[in-house]
Amino acid sequence: MKRRGQYSSSSRRERQVRDQVSGAKAGRLNLTLKSTMESVAEVEAAAEKLAAEAGLNEDERFHLSMAAREAAVNAVLHGNEYDPAKQVLASFENTGAALVIRVADQGKGFDPASLPDPLAAENLLRGSGRGIFLIRSFVDELYIRQLHPGTELTLIKHLAPESISTPGTAALL
Amino acid sequence: MALTIASREVDGVVILDLSGRITLGEGSVQLREAIRGLIGKGEKKILLNMGNVDYIDSSGLGELVSAFTSAKNQQAEVKLLKLTRKVHDLLQLTKLYTVFDIKDDEAAAIASF
Repeated sequence: MKRRGQYSSSSRRERQVRDQVSGAKAGRLNLTLKSTMESVAEVEAAAEKLAAEAGLNEDERFHLSMAAREAAVNAVLHGNEYDPAKQVLASFENTGAALVIRVADQGKGFDPASLPDPLAAENLLRGSGRGIFLIRSFVDELYIRQLHPGTELTLIKHLAPESISTPGTAALL
Repeated sequence: MALTIASREVDGVVILDLSGRITLGEGSVQLREAIRGLIGKGEKKILLNMGNVDYIDSSGLGELVSAFTSAKNQQAEVKLLKLTRKVHDLLQLTKLYTVFDIKDDEAAAIASF
């Protein structure tokens, strides 16, 4: 008969091995996606799920999933330019204190300082250029890192103490 | 949900009843073609009923702006009717609320052209 302690120990060891193999931390979902609009929808849906499982309210869920969507659009459209040879890497993690979403492309990169201010009067009637602004507006922190080649956006949404939940792999995978 | 567009005319104003999402790949192209078609036919008064548009992304916002400027270049006018709260908030955030003529009441919107 298998004792409870033995079972737990075995399960923990199995998870450690699995994490070493996959390189994934517990509670983190990693996606490798094509440079297509379907991938944008997939990133948006994963962000919505992450936010819902963390107990965010409807507005916060909308904001986070939209920010993730805009990041994915940037990666597919401006970064990889729909190139089928290039991939979009996305990860979604509840650290317990924050929701962290990373979206990386394999494009030629860009200088965030060169982006025009979409709120400036001379730019209000531009048909594009609002994506990064919307992301900044909807998350607590945004980091833009050049990968040479590619760009990685890290979106961080802090969790209020009352909405902090225990991160779990099962809930995300 | 993808974007659906129904067209009707009231007192010389073409009203497009939009329903769904205006996003890259899901509705922005449809909206662009619909507006272009109307302007191409010489329509000067276009009212976009946004009452059932529950989601718009940066591409959709760009499409609304393009519709506004394309119309203006042809001496036509595009106005917005009945924004949902999410779309209203986005237009405020991006200051596009100051660009568009936005109405809550259809009769008042028609009379304003």
